[in-house]
Amino acid sequence: MEKDQLVIGGHAFDSRFILGSGKYSFELIDAAVKHAGAQIVTCAIRRTKPGEQNIMDYIPKEVTLLPNTSGSRTAEDAIRIAHMARELGCGDFVKLEVIPDTKYLLPDNAMTIEATKVLAKEGFIVMPYMFPDLNAAKALADAGAAAIMPLGAPIGSNQGLASKAFIQILIDEIDLPIIVDAGIGRPSQACEAMEMGADAIMANTALATAGDIPMMASAFKSAIEAGRKAYHAGLGRVLVRGGAPSDPTTGTLHG
Amino acid sequence: MVQINGEAVNAAGKTVGAYLKETGIDPQRVAVEYNNKILSKEAYDTTQMSDDDVVEIVNFVGGGC
Repeated sequence: MEKDQLVIGGHAFDSRFILGSGKYSFELIDAAVKHAGAQIVTCAIRRTKPGEQNIMDYIPKEVTLLPNTSGSRTAEDAIRIAHMARELGCGDFVKLEVIPDTKYLLPDNAMTIEATKVLAKEGFIVMPYMFPDLNAAKALADAGAAAIMPLGAPIGSNQGLASKAFIQILIDEIDLPIIVDAGIGRPSQACEAMEMGADAIMANTALATAGDIPMMASAFKSAIEAGRKAYHAGLGRVLVRGGAPSDPTTGTLHG
Repeated sequence: MVQINGEAVNAAGKTVGAYLKETGIDPQRVAVEYNNKILSKEAYDTTQMSDDDVVEIVNFVGGGC
């Protein structure tokens, strides 16, 4: 079998686990990255506070940094933050988030499409976070997105694949990597998304709020790999009614 | 006064580079937006701030979902 790699904007990755770096101590980032086997780590951009420790001292050098545009309420905000990210000098990747809603933190698909158009034209590798809607995903693909990142459930909720049926539609219909982002709370949910044919999983809160962060990173890694294998293998069929024996039906003691 | 990261700072007349040095900020670790445009690192030492300028100094922090 050909090497099974995740390709985003011409960059190939062996790992299908994108790890967030929020909500836990910098000292644990290295261990979490190693246990997760992650090659892409997300980060945010904020105003500099003099004297604060810098995350760049803790991110392993070999990982690809994926800056997000969190804190953006409009397309303009997101474009501005993407420009800052590029100036910070870690490449052209951007995880686009446009979130005007402060209660559920749901992304605004229309403004996300608008920002994708601008940033893709400027040469960014745009990975938009979106509410899983097929029409919006098509528009994002047309706008030049390099991957689509539909939410499983509200950010930070650990509720899992609440939007499962709609993510499946994106997997089936969109010819770009589909990366399930937000809501994945446990390894079994990551595994399920991978079984469905998702190309990768992004998680942060599920680890950050776990008892042992590096061990949970490792558990997610195993689950994502298992789900990917199951997807390639092709899941066994489900009987709606009745059962079917797995053992020979002849030669039993009943003759 | 110059608006730096949302606060009024008495920095008119100083260059961006001098301000960063004075506050102990490593210029290699930040991006600077000067009146809504990204300021290239080469321009830090030649860009003199004036009253009512708006400056944003940002860096990467932990983030995810």
